[in-house]
Amino acid sequence: MIRTEGLKMEFRVGFFRKRVVALKGLTMEVKRGEVFGFLGPNGAGKTTTLKILMGLVHPTGGAAWLMSRPISDSSVKKNIGFLPEQPYFYDYLTAAEFMDLSGRLFGMRKKEREARAGELLDMVGLSGVKNLQLRKFSKGMQQRIGIAQALINDPELVVLDEPMSGLDPVGRKQVRDIILGLKDGGKTIFFSTHILPDVEVICDRVGILVRGELRAMGTVDELLSGTQVKSVEMTFAGVSGEEFSRLERMSSGMVTRGNETTAAFGDQEAARAAKRLVFESGGEIISLIPHKSSLEDLFMEEVGKGRK
Amino acid sequence: MKVYAIAINTFKEVIRDKIFYSLVFFAMLLLGSSVLLSTLTLGERSKIIEDLSLSSIEIFGVIISIFVGIGLVNKELEKKTIYIIISKPIKRWQFLLGKYLGLSLVLLSYISVMTVCYMLALYMYTNKLPWQTLMAVLLIYVELLVVTASAVLFSTFSTPTLSASYALALYVIGHMTEDLRGLAAKTGQAGVKAVLKFVYYFLPNLEDFNIKARTVHAIPVPAEYILMSVSYGLMYVMAILALSVLVFQRRNFK
Repeated sequence: MIRTEGLKMEFRVGFFRKRVVALKGLTMEVKRGEVFGFLGPNGAGKTTTLKILMGLVHPTGGAAWLMSRPISDSSVKKNIGFLPEQPYFYDYLTAAEFMDLSGRLFGMRKKEREARAGELLDMVGLSGVKNLQLRKFSKGMQQRIGIAQALINDPELVVLDEPMSGLDPVGRKQVRDIILGLKDGGKTIFFSTHILPDVEVICDRVGILVRGELRAMGTVDELLSGTQVKSVEMTFAGVSGEEFSRLERMSSGMVTRGNETTAAFGDQEAARAAKRLVFESGGEIISLIPHKSSLEDLFMEEVGKGRK
Repeated sequence: MKVYAIAINTFKEVIRDKIFYSLVFFAMLLLGSSVLLSTLTLGERSKIIEDLSLSSIEIFGVIISIFVGIGLVNKELEKKTIYIIISKPIKRWQFLLGKYLGLSLVLLSYISVMTVCYMLALYMYTNKLPWQTLMAVLLIYVELLVVTASAVLFSTFSTPTLSASYALALYVIGHMTEDLRGLAAKTGQAGVKAVLKFVYYFLPNLEDFNIKARTVHAIPVPAEYILMSVSYGLMYVMAILALSVLVFQRRNFK
């Protein structure tokens, strides 16, 4: 669906035309029917990549294809829907007018435009305010109308730039549900984000971009396989005196709240020993949670590597 | 179809903007004041009204052309609305042409409304309808089309403030190109002569579109002259727009 090869982008900024490299030879692929999460800290080059794919900026090197056609071929855009980061719309238009304009730009007929716009406004829950000017829309509503306009042409590939940023938990859940709905409908979704918990829930594969370089790519499980249990957290009650002091020495940190104490142990071996000690001293274990590396740890590690 | 969609959207954009109405309001005010001023004159009242009205239609038209024209592309870039448009299957030249036609449509409505008001005012106060001045209005419109195209061109590569200054300078110099030619004939220095001649041939001769005085004083203007001026203006517009597209095509939207 999307393929890039050695994609490079350089900008010249400021009075002295200082060179800024936004992308250092990005090579990646997004397959048909998958939800691909494009991760990276701010300024990593995610938006630049998306803009290149959408023909908004011209790359300074490398090549990219959308549905096996080069990005310079604007006819390919017929089958693509795009939502830019923090989208701004024509705020003097009403929701219905804006959807109509989007449909016109795809050369859709009036009947088709109206039917599709109605359907989509329903889907994103905005049909009640379709005659309201967009300037009166809240941030969440703007994001939803943005998604609706991106789907007007029933695209095969949906590209979303930070679809969840700036939304409250309810808004994020709505966007997540829309993405999952699209996936069920057989669409390919490529979106950039830095909201990691969402990625783990909805993405088939992810790519991590740091300072213009792709550091990792694969399914979430692939990326996290090989990571060990990092620590074990145990909450217990009813232990006191000498045993309590021993537990404190074994753990890497301990917090007591009321009768309950939560202790962290560096590995499973230490946790097992602690568990035995609690039982032997007549105490009670309330919970025992092993912590594996999360996508967030991997992300932080990859971002950190570059800094060193 | 796509050009039409962008043009209609641009038309809505300008028509729903308060700035447009305040400009039209001031143009009307000036038109009204021409009636008031005419009462102070000893000569023919109608000439004062015609003269002042035509001039105010032109001046406010130029202000709308330049200040709305430079915003056409810049606003889209600044508000990033262009991302939504360019990511759809539309070519950049279609976008630019649509924007231009949208504003041309606004100017056409503006000039029509103003002309109707002006004719009405004249009829009410002098009982005359000077139809020949409509030719002057036509050429004012063609002039506005040229000024708008240049505002669009400047805004494809420059900031709003600079674009406005360039477009305004072009308007002023465009009205003085005859003087430039005269100066070129008189100067002895070859370098200065070449520069002046270049400016004369390169910049639009906007004075060509000015037949206000002639129509007000009922001096006949040959139909061929009008036809030539209109063709000249439209060709100039096409050339400027082609240049704008060339610049816009290469632009990165950061």
